[in-house]
Amino acid sequence: MNINGVLIDDTFAEAFGMRGTRVLITAQNLKWAHIAAASMTGFATSVIACGVEAGIERELSPEETPDGRPGVAVLMFAMGSAVLMKQLETRMGQCVLTCPTAAAFSGIEGGDRINLGKNLRFFGDGFQTSKQFGGKRYWRVPVMDGEFLTEEKTGMVRAVGGGNFLILAESQPQALAAGEAAIAAMKKVPNVIMPFPGGIVRSGSKVGSKYKTLIASTNDAFCPTLKGLTKTALSPEIESVMEIVIDGLSDADVRKATHAGISAVCELGAANGVRRVSAGNYGGKLGQFHFHLREIMA
Amino acid sequence: MSALTFTLKKIPQQRIDCAPLTPNMLAGKSAADIGAILLQSGNETLRADALFDISGDNVAEIVFANGCDKLDYIGAAMQSGRITIHGDAGWYLGFRKKGGDIVLRGNAGDFAASGMTGGLLHIHGNAGDFLAAAIPGDRKGMAGGLVIVTGNAGDRAGDQMRRGIVLIEGDAGDYCASRMIAGTIGVLGATGAYPGYGMKRGTLLLFKPPKLHATLQDCGMHTLPFLKLMAKSFRDLPGKFAHLDQTRARRYAGDLANDGKGEILVFSN
Repeated sequence: MNINGVLIDDTFAEAFGMRGTRVLITAQNLKWAHIAAASMTGFATSVIACGVEAGIERELSPEETPDGRPGVAVLMFAMGSAVLMKQLETRMGQCVLTCPTAAAFSGIEGGDRINLGKNLRFFGDGFQTSKQFGGKRYWRVPVMDGEFLTEEKTGMVRAVGGGNFLILAESQPQALAAGEAAIAAMKKVPNVIMPFPGGIVRSGSKVGSKYKTLIASTNDAFCPTLKGLTKTALSPEIESVMEIVIDGLSDADVRKATHAGISAVCELGAANGVRRVSAGNYGGKLGQFHFHLREIMA
Repeated sequence: MSALTFTLKKIPQQRIDCAPLTPNMLAGKSAADIGAILLQSGNETLRADALFDISGDNVAEIVFANGCDKLDYIGAAMQSGRITIHGDAGWYLGFRKKGGDIVLRGNAGDFAASGMTGGLLHIHGNAGDFLAAAIPGDRKGMAGGLVIVTGNAGDRAGDQMRRGIVLIEGDAGDYCASRMIAGTIGVLGATGAYPGYGMKRGTLLLFKPPKLHATLQDCGMHTLPFLKLMAKSFRDLPGKFAHLDQTRARRYAGDLANDGKGEILVFSN
């Protein structure tokens, strides 16, 4: 398959079942909602070392938020429910509770109900109060800027993590520009995040390492400077590869985001140095979800 | 199907316990069965059809066509459906009601919504004393649901109330929210002496300056984010509280004589 001079490899991305949740963070203005969310989703690029993968899904208008203030929706994914619940609570406590004017609300109705602000209330040292409206319990925790308001629970659902594709280009600036175009398009797709810095990974990994203590190491087959040293997957004209990793609330969401991203990459085309799109997998034996690039782009 | 309608044949001399006349109690009963239901009236038990003319067949929609203040326990332990009362209701309206709606187009006696845990009680008139309060011997009053009173409420509204929302569009009598355990009470009109007396937790929303006692402490004027959530949850309600949009109020905490975790929020007009 070739779209606008870009070869789409006959391969697939291999993704895993995860647990996901959404939190709506509001603040006095969008600037502070973003600060709280950026803090909460910091150091959350990969479950390998961060515990969770998290990111800002989209901005919310005041009409879309429970308290009528501007906000952002944050998605958070983990390999299991216990670690997701723990990370959510920790990040809420250190990043949202502490952020001026920020409040947090459930972003998923239904699903398994997990603690959002339930235990944060104890920060109130006995001065906290709860209110119930519309069948939902909220906590008001007195803090130095006024009151921290949080919903008690949010929803946790089965999700998909690790959808991906690789952009192979003639130069590093061209690979990055294609990655940025993909992310801009993918951010319009609901229910997904691209958890890596700016949505783009420059250090894609393979499973295992020559060093016994490492469970993952550099994906040497796609490292352009190792073309002559390893069993490379790169042709001579490829000088840089960028990866985009996608986590979504369902496989359909990941599929839509993959389509949007690759379409944007192909729109730049060979004229802008983009030569191939590929994907990472483990032979199809580890992940439950396989996203075949040609099938998605057909 | 038309609403099951009870029309009093004459004003009874004794009070009548109407607790058996709820949608869940009448479900599956024929007209003959309903007419044969025995109701306590003073020291007598009388057949329902001796007291009421009964028409209609939809037990989920019950109407008391000419209520009076001697009809006690209307909607008691009700779980679903709707009861409409044209005229007054006696004591214990909606007593321990778990769900469904009661609409009263008249005045209610004392202890309306006592022990109520769910659904709506809408009183288009005045409520007597001890609205949403605990009856003597009970430790908790209303424990859920929503009460709207378009008129005034008597003394001790919300006494030992545990949960739920009571919205009074007129005035409230003395000791409003006394010994309140939790929940929310709003009063658009004036309140009598000592609102929040012995209040443990919960929120009392006032729109006129109250006469407070010494153990309620002024915590200053604040913009409280939760008030936006509350106003939003009121938006679809019938009545004046649907228009509430203020988020700034003076906060009085107390009653310090009883744990002091309750609050009275006084909005400035």
